[in-house]
Amino acid sequence: MESEGDSNNLSGVQHIILVLSGKGGVGKSTISTEIALALRHAGKKVGILDVDLCGPSIPRMLNVHNMNVHQCDSGWVPVFVDQEKSISLMSIGFLLERPDDAVVWRGPKKNALIKQFISDVAWGELDFLIVDTPPGTSDEHISTVEALRPFRPMGAVLVTTPQAVSIGDVRRELTFCKKLGLPVIGIVENMSGFVCPHCTECTNIFSKGGGEELAKYAGVPFLGCVPLDPSLTQTLELGKDFLQEFPKSSTYTSIVSIAQQILDKASDSSS
Amino acid sequence: MADIPANAPEHCPGTGSGEAGKSSACQGCPNQSLCASGVSAGPDPAIEEIKEKMSAVKHKILVLSGKGGVGKSTFTAHLAYGLAEDEGKQIALLDVDICGPSIPKIMGLEGEQVHQSGSGWSPVYVEDNLAVMSVGFLLGSPDDAVIWRGPKKNGMIKQFLRDVDWGNVDYLIVDTPPGTSDEHLSLVQYLSASNIDGAVIITTPQEVSLQDVRKEVNFCRKVKLPIIGVVENMSGFICPKCKNESKIFPPTTGGAEKMCNDLNIPLLGKVPIDMNIGKSCDMGKSFFTEIPDSPSTMEYKKIIQKIQDFCAETH
Repeated sequence: MESEGDSNNLSGVQHIILVLSGKGGVGKSTISTEIALALRHAGKKVGILDVDLCGPSIPRMLNVHNMNVHQCDSGWVPVFVDQEKSISLMSIGFLLERPDDAVVWRGPKKNALIKQFISDVAWGELDFLIVDTPPGTSDEHISTVEALRPFRPMGAVLVTTPQAVSIGDVRRELTFCKKLGLPVIGIVENMSGFVCPHCTECTNIFSKGGGEELAKYAGVPFLGCVPLDPSLTQTLELGKDFLQEFPKSSTYTSIVSIAQQILDKASDSSS
Repeated sequence: MADIPANAPEHCPGTGSGEAGKSSACQGCPNQSLCASGVSAGPDPAIEEIKEKMSAVKHKILVLSGKGGVGKSTFTAHLAYGLAEDEGKQIALLDVDICGPSIPKIMGLEGEQVHQSGSGWSPVYVEDNLAVMSVGFLLGSPDDAVIWRGPKKNGMIKQFLRDVDWGNVDYLIVDTPPGTSDEHLSLVQYLSASNIDGAVIITTPQEVSLQDVRKEVNFCRKVKLPIIGVVENMSGFICPKCKNESKIFPPTTGGAEKMCNDLNIPLLGKVPIDMNIGKSCDMGKSFFTEIPDSPSTMEYKKIIQKIQDFCAETH
């Protein structure tokens, strides 16, 4: 027998990143998915753990919503998104009989499943594990952070939209990270500006700059803005790889730059 | 309130749950036989007290969505503004999004505090006939995070329903967090004896949102909550410069319209994206007064009328 970590399913995982936001619908799952795809394009092996139990979005975004998980000796086998097995995914979406089934669970039951997700998924060797969370600062978040603590996560990426209503929730999320001792990798501002496909006029539908200001105010890194891009929404709806389909867009540049900052940070922390 | 006793094991399903006393986690718990006997599953005495309180409230409407960020709070606030335009009506707005209360900001009430009086918590008044209650009013600073697990949130919701001194109210509108979990179950449970008129479900047009909303519809059916209808928010954007419409959140699977047809529930309306809505919300003002002639305002008013008609029919 080797070290005691050997018995654990997360021992082969190099870096764990949580994607958080106080507010719902700001693009946590979108950013999680795109970061995963960008890291894959950089040659990394990535796992995604979707702990949004009441509203899992990632299976559809990666076009694997009809797949099932299987059991093996060391636990659940995650679903592989591609043939090369470079992205694997675990989500409650795979455990539901029908996709429209509502998971009407109170906290304790959600906490039990999250613990199982963290201990019982056979991820194998991964460079990155990205954990996508539901909105808020409640059961799922406390349980996830507590269960991951022994594996020393690299930190949290906080996603916000530019408007003040969303920034307010992210300020609370920053306090959450501080209280639970979770490092903040940085803030991503999503949906910042929409370029009209007809006349290329840029409209800041949800205002602009809020994320960057918040990062400055809170003294955490600002990772970048991702514009409101209908082709991004569209590719996620269809479960396609945006980075492969639209490599010339400014959205592509933003996402790749965010992923690069995460890579840099990861190599800093492991060296 | 203790849905979970202090001496319960880690995965306690909660004393009110159907699994109480029967789940694997219950093995060895000192309360197991009590739970299994079904005694604790009896109704919470608070349900009667809340019924008492709610007898002064004519109509109760929940605003729900499986998905976050689709505009529940924006809609709730403006439903309240819209209903309050009739000065003869008393409107109450209760925000039960405990971890992410947006209502105080949207309605320009940040920094307000609630006061304790002999008859309970006094809500904050936006107008003479529009009262608001939110966990946001109980926090010391805008950075304060409410890091609470379910049972504590449920206790708060119970207090909100039982202890707020609304007076006589024509409409109570409840804004909820996304999902189908503690907050939603508690609301429905505590209001079980008080006759909820129904739920308005908010969605955006894309499938990623609709798939969560279908879950919410199933939730409503499971807990026998009537559905007043669905509002499709952010449904297309008109460029202010060239006036062309873009589908920012494309309805790849037919949008809310098809979903409503499939599930046989009414579609109350489709509200286009207007950047002035977000702006007015950030400033804490009603966009009905900020942009009275926007197509979004008109659509909102139509929807509010439909909701009033629905409520008038049920009572």
